[in-house]
Amino acid sequence: MPGVMVAPQRSDVVVEIGGLPIRLRCDDPSFVRVIQDRYAGYLASSKEARFEFEIDLAPPGAESGDEDVRVQWDSGRWQMERGDFRAEWDPSTARGRIRQVRSPFSLDSVLRIVHTLLLAQQGGFLVHASSGVRNGRAFLFAGVSGAGKTTMARLAPADVSLLTDEISYVTKQAGEYTAVGTPFYGELARPGENVSAPIAALYLLAKGPANKIEPVTGTDAVRGLMANILFFARDPEFVKLVFDAANDFVSRVPIYRLTFFPDARVWELMV
Amino acid sequence: MSDKRYIARSTAIAARVLGDEMMIMSATDSTLFTLDELGTVVWEAADGVTPLEEIVANEVCTRYDVSEEVALRDVESFVEALVRRGLLFLSNEPIRQANPQGDSA
Repeated sequence: MPGVMVAPQRSDVVVEIGGLPIRLRCDDPSFVRVIQDRYAGYLASSKEARFEFEIDLAPPGAESGDEDVRVQWDSGRWQMERGDFRAEWDPSTARGRIRQVRSPFSLDSVLRIVHTLLLAQQGGFLVHASSGVRNGRAFLFAGVSGAGKTTMARLAPADVSLLTDEISYVTKQAGEYTAVGTPFYGELARPGENVSAPIAALYLLAKGPANKIEPVTGTDAVRGLMANILFFARDPEFVKLVFDAANDFVSRVPIYRLTFFPDARVWELMV
Repeated sequence: MSDKRYIARSTAIAARVLGDEMMIMSATDSTLFTLDELGTVVWEAADGVTPLEEIVANEVCTRYDVSEEVALRDVESFVEALVRRGLLFLSNEPIRQANPQGDSA
């Protein structure tokens, strides 16, 4: 019996983080709604998209359980892979494709990688840090898991706009470093506010019996920052961009070691 | 094949001078290294075409009160350490291509 093949209708949504609007297209409208919920507060109008990804959903059980992220430059494209997704991104066309399991967290991981790649070209980076805006200036609190990023976010007083409790988004605009809100969250399980502010300082977190701030300079500052910057790609040109950005950042933004006792008084130091 | 030795910086690294120190980052494993003042002098002279002995005589012994024999021994040890980490290349021939193993993307 003759029939007509109907191409599935693709729905799309534009997610804009750090001023970089990315259109996400998927032929499963229910997953598009999941994306809209996940990135509420970071949605932009369709005509503003500068980058585009087609999302194909893998059937349930397709993930391999491989938790290592691999990102490599191959034949003019970035290839990104983990057990729950495989994606490619062509910077020359600003288009890419994602095959992933039906989880917004898999998409979250791809977007983090893509933003590290896009930001590096502009002298910015993503860093393992919570951040908040107070009196028009952003304060970043960097550290590995357990260092106190989420604790600093939870202790923030009411006049602080939280940008994230997990991954801070650092851009360079007209020679000045700015922190931008992100939907990337950690234990707080709450997206940051979609606002931005010039960065006043970055604090390398350490827990201790009392609150203490010490300046960190030179190679120690670079080492402290580099230890917390997210970069997945091992491509030499990309590594150079990130390394240069870290060096430039520490030459312009004060870096401190913040030893803190986890109570609200620590925020009295952030003025 | 000559009896001279030549050293060249890998291109699979990123390097920056901070004060008197040189920070080097390996692009292959993201390890950070810091060179002291003497190490920085040797690193900056590692152009692939100046013999190692000449670097020691002209760049090291003119700056530091040390005999060529002692300086050469120290620099050889330093170079070996950086070669092991893939930051420098060492050859008995001038190294025209800074990354002769071609591990740059």
